[in-house]
Amino acid sequence: MEFFKRTPNIDFISMRPVTYGISIVMIIGSILLLAFKGLNLGIDFTGGVAIEVHYPQPPDHDRVRDALEEAGFTEALVQSFGSSRDLMVRVMVPEGQNVNEVSAHIQEILRTADPDAEVRRTEVVGPQVGRDLTEQGGLALLFTFIGILIYLAFRFEKKMALGTVLAAIHDPLVILGFFALAQIPFDLSVLAAVLAVIGYSINDTVVIFDRVREIFLGTRKGASSKEMLNQAVNQTLSRTLMTTFSVLFVVVSLYLFGGETLKGFSAAIIAGVFVGTYSSIFVGVALAYDMKLKPQDLLEIKKSDPELDALP
Amino acid sequence: MYQTPPWRYWLVGIVLVAGFFLALPNFFGDEPAIQVVREDRGAIDASGQERIVGFLEADNVPFNNAYLEEDRLVVRFSDVDAQIRARDAISEAAPGEYIVALTSAPRSPAWVRAIGLKPMSLGLDLRGGVYFLYEVDIRAALDQALQRLAQDIRAGLRKERVQYQAVAVRGDTVEVLLRPGASVDAARKIVKGDDPGITLTENQIDGATQLVATFTPERIKQRQDLAIEQNLTTLRNRVDELGVSEPIVTRQGLDRIEVQLPGVQDPNQAIRVLGATATVEFRLVDEANNPYEAMETKRVPIGSKLYMTREGAPVLLKRDLIASGDQLTDATSGFSEGRPAVHVTLDARAGQQMLKATTENLGRRMAVVYIEKKRLAEGEVCKGTRSGNECTEEESISVATIQGVFSNRFQITGLMAAEAQELALLLRAGSLATPIFLVEQRTIGPTLGQDNIDNGIKALAFGALLTFIFLAVYYSKFGMVANVVLIMNVVLIVALMSLLQASLSLPGIAGIVLTVGMAADANILIYERIREELRNGNSPQAAIHAGFDKAFSAIADSNVTTMVAGIALFVFGTGPIKGFAVTLVLGIFTTLFSAIMCSRVFIDLIWGRRKRLTTLPVG
Repeated sequence: MEFFKRTPNIDFISMRPVTYGISIVMIIGSILLLAFKGLNLGIDFTGGVAIEVHYPQPPDHDRVRDALEEAGFTEALVQSFGSSRDLMVRVMVPEGQNVNEVSAHIQEILRTADPDAEVRRTEVVGPQVGRDLTEQGGLALLFTFIGILIYLAFRFEKKMALGTVLAAIHDPLVILGFFALAQIPFDLSVLAAVLAVIGYSINDTVVIFDRVREIFLGTRKGASSKEMLNQAVNQTLSRTLMTTFSVLFVVVSLYLFGGETLKGFSAAIIAGVFVGTYSSIFVGVALAYDMKLKPQDLLEIKKSDPELDALP
Repeated sequence: MYQTPPWRYWLVGIVLVAGFFLALPNFFGDEPAIQVVREDRGAIDASGQERIVGFLEADNVPFNNAYLEEDRLVVRFSDVDAQIRARDAISEAAPGEYIVALTSAPRSPAWVRAIGLKPMSLGLDLRGGVYFLYEVDIRAALDQALQRLAQDIRAGLRKERVQYQAVAVRGDTVEVLLRPGASVDAARKIVKGDDPGITLTENQIDGATQLVATFTPERIKQRQDLAIEQNLTTLRNRVDELGVSEPIVTRQGLDRIEVQLPGVQDPNQAIRVLGATATVEFRLVDEANNPYEAMETKRVPIGSKLYMTREGAPVLLKRDLIASGDQLTDATSGFSEGRPAVHVTLDARAGQQMLKATTENLGRRMAVVYIEKKRLAEGEVCKGTRSGNECTEEESISVATIQGVFSNRFQITGLMAAEAQELALLLRAGSLATPIFLVEQRTIGPTLGQDNIDNGIKALAFGALLTFIFLAVYYSKFGMVANVVLIMNVVLIVALMSLLQASLSLPGIAGIVLTVGMAADANILIYERIREELRNGNSPQAAIHAGFDKAFSAIADSNVTTMVAGIALFVFGTGPIKGFAVTLVLGIFTTLFSAIMCSRVFIDLIWGRRKRLTTLPVG
C-alpha cells in the first residue's frame, strides 16, 4: 500500500501567503484567548485542594455543591470525573489558610453528605509550591528551546535552526490557546505533553531539513532554492503523514483508554500532532525560504560531523 | 555486495537475551500483600503467625499464603479488596498490637527471584499511597545558630572577664556592645577566634566599641544543610516507626523534603507523626509554694515555673531539669496497672540524674511535662507561648509521688492509649532539629492505583495493535519486521527500567505508549527511503543498504531534539513528570538501538543473503 505512487509535486512554498495568514490568525487568536479567557490552571499551579470521590451510585452534583457551599466553600468546583459515579472537587485555598486542614474539612463534608463516598485521591498543594512549579515549568520550556536551537545551529545552519524553532514556538502557543478555548484543566502532565510536542514537532521539521541539506549538497547548479525546498517537503511527505498516523494511533488510544488523569495529557499531544505536522510542512521550510536559505549557506559547513554520518 | 558484520549479530543477540531476562519479572505481575510487625518491634514467631492467620480465617478473608520474613509476617492476597479487609480484620481483632503495612510482592517464580531479577518499582499513582512535601524552616535553623553563638560569646566574655553591656541577636547578626575601656582585642578573639565562618565589623557608639558578628554565606549554607540532614534522619526514623514498606525520604532542592509512603491510606496519622515535635521533660514539683497563689498573683517564685495539668489545675515545677526526651534510649507503649503507659529507658547520664533526684526526694512529687511545638496557620490561636508563628504548648501530664528509688527505667502514665503510642514512637525516633511544615500532599487510593495500571496497559495494547496493523498493511513483510522490532523496543524499555529500578508512574506508561508511536517513525524513515531507492532504479540489496545509511542522520537528529525536551523535563520536573521524562529518554535510546541495529540485523538475516532478489516486500 502506498499513499503516493509517485513522489508528489506540490508547490508548498507558494502557499506561503495563505499559510502564514492561517498561522498569524492562530497565534493572535491564542494570545487573545490566553489573555482574556486564560488557562483553566489546575491546583498544581494555583495551589489548592483537589479531591476525587467515587460513589456507588451516580451522586447528585447539586447536593454536593450545596453541602460545600453551606460550609463556606462557595467557589468549589464540582465536576464529573471519568464516569458518572466519580466526582472531582476542586477548591482554591486563599493565602494564609492551612491547605491541609481545608482538605480534611472538605473530606469530612463529603462523607457527611454521603457516607458511601470513597475518597480515591486527594491533592493538596500549597501556594508557594504552585508558584515554584510554574517557575520550573517556564524554565523547562526555555531550556528546551535554547537546547534545541543550539543543537540545530550546530548540526545544520543558523537559518534552518531559526526556521525550525520559530515553527516550533508556534505549536505550543496554539496548544495553549486550544486549552484556553476548551477550558480543559491545565496541570503538570499537560505541561509535560506540551514539552513533548515541541520535541515531536521539531522532529518533523528536522527530517525535512535533513532532506533539504541532502538536496542542496547533492544537486548541481540549475535548480532554484524554491524548487529544491519544495522537493524536500514532497519527498518526505509520505513519511511525515505516516508518522503522524502512527503517533495519532497511540495517543488517541491513550485518550480513550488511559483514564481520566491522562485525558488532558493526551488531548495536548493530539492537538500538538496536528499543529506540529502543519507547521513542519507549511511553516518551517517557508520561513527558511524567506530568510533566503541558499545551498551556499550549507557549503561552508558541509558535512558537519563526518564521524556521525559515517555510522550506518 | 554488503554483508552485516558478525559483531552486530552478536550484539543484537546478547542485548535481546539480556533484555528478555531483565524484563521477565514484570510479566508475572505483583500480588497485593500485607506486612505485619509488632507494635513493640518484637519478633513475630510461629505462634504469632498462627494467631494472625486465625484472625483472617475468623473473618473469612481469603489469602494465598503467609510466611515469616525477618521478624515480620507477610501475607499475600489475590486482590486488593482482600488485602484491605485483612488489614482491618487484624487491627480490629488486636487493636494497637500490630502495625500493618499494605504492600505488594512480586509473583515471579522462585528461580527468577533467586538470580536477583526484580520487576520495575511502581510509583505511588500505580500502587496507592501518600506523598508529602515538607518545607524545612531554614530560617529557624539560622536563628538557632545565632542564639548559640550569642550564648557562647556571653560565656566567653564572662570567663575572660571582658566587661560588656549587651550581647544580642539582631536580624542576621550578633551585636556585642562592650563597656568603655574593655579590651577590644580580647573580645575580638572571643567573638571570632580563628573561625573562618564568622565575619566581624566594628563600630564606635558613645565611646564604647560594638562588635557585629555575621555568618559567612558558606557557614549559613552549612548550618541549613545540617538542619535538613538532621531532619531527614529523624523523618526516616519516624517513617520506619510507621511500618511502611519501601518508603522514600529524600531532599528536594534547597529546603524541601519529599516523603513517599506506598500503601499508606490514612495520611492523617502519618502527617501527625512526621510533623510532630512532641517531647517530654521530667521535673520535680515545687512543694514549698502554693500554685494557686502563684496563678492568682501572677507571681511565680524564682526557680519555678507554673504549668497546668490536663485536669486544669495549676502546678509549680522546679526549673531545674531532671531529664528530657532527647536523653531516652528506648520507649515503648503498653499498659501499667490497666492504664496506658509509655515505658522509657534513659541513657546513662540521665539515669544517674534520675537516681540522684529520686533518692533525695523520696515521698515528694515528680511531674512529666508534655511539650508540643506547632506551626500556626493564619488566625489560629496558640494555647501556649507564641514566638513568631511558632507555638509551644506545655502541659503537665502526670504528677506522681516518688514511691521508690529508680534510675534509668520507668513508666510515664496520664496519656490516652493513642497518645501513649505516638509519644513512644516520637521519643524513639528522635526530635526534629528545625520545624517543618507540609506544603504539598497527595493521596492515591489503592483501587485507583490498580485502575491506573489497567488503563495504562489497555492504552498500550490498543495503541500498539493499531500501529502494528497499520505498519503490516502499509509495508507488508517489512512492516511485520518493524512490528517485531517495536515489541522488542518495549521489552528493552521495561528491561532498562527494571535494571535501573526506576519507578514507573502513569505518565511513565504514557511515555512508553508514546515511544511506540515515535519508534515507528524510525522504521518509517528507513522504509520510505528504501522505497525511494527502489523507485530510483537501485537493486534491492543496494536499496536496503542505502535506505539504512541515508535515513540514519534524520533518525539521529530527530531523536536528539526529542531528547533535549526529555532532559528538560527530567531536570525541572517533579514527581510524575520525572516519570514521563525517564521513559521518554530511555525510549529514545532503545528506539535508536532497535531501529538501527535490530531492524538491520533482521532484514539482513531474512533478505540480505538472497543473491537473486528482484523485489522487496516493502508494500
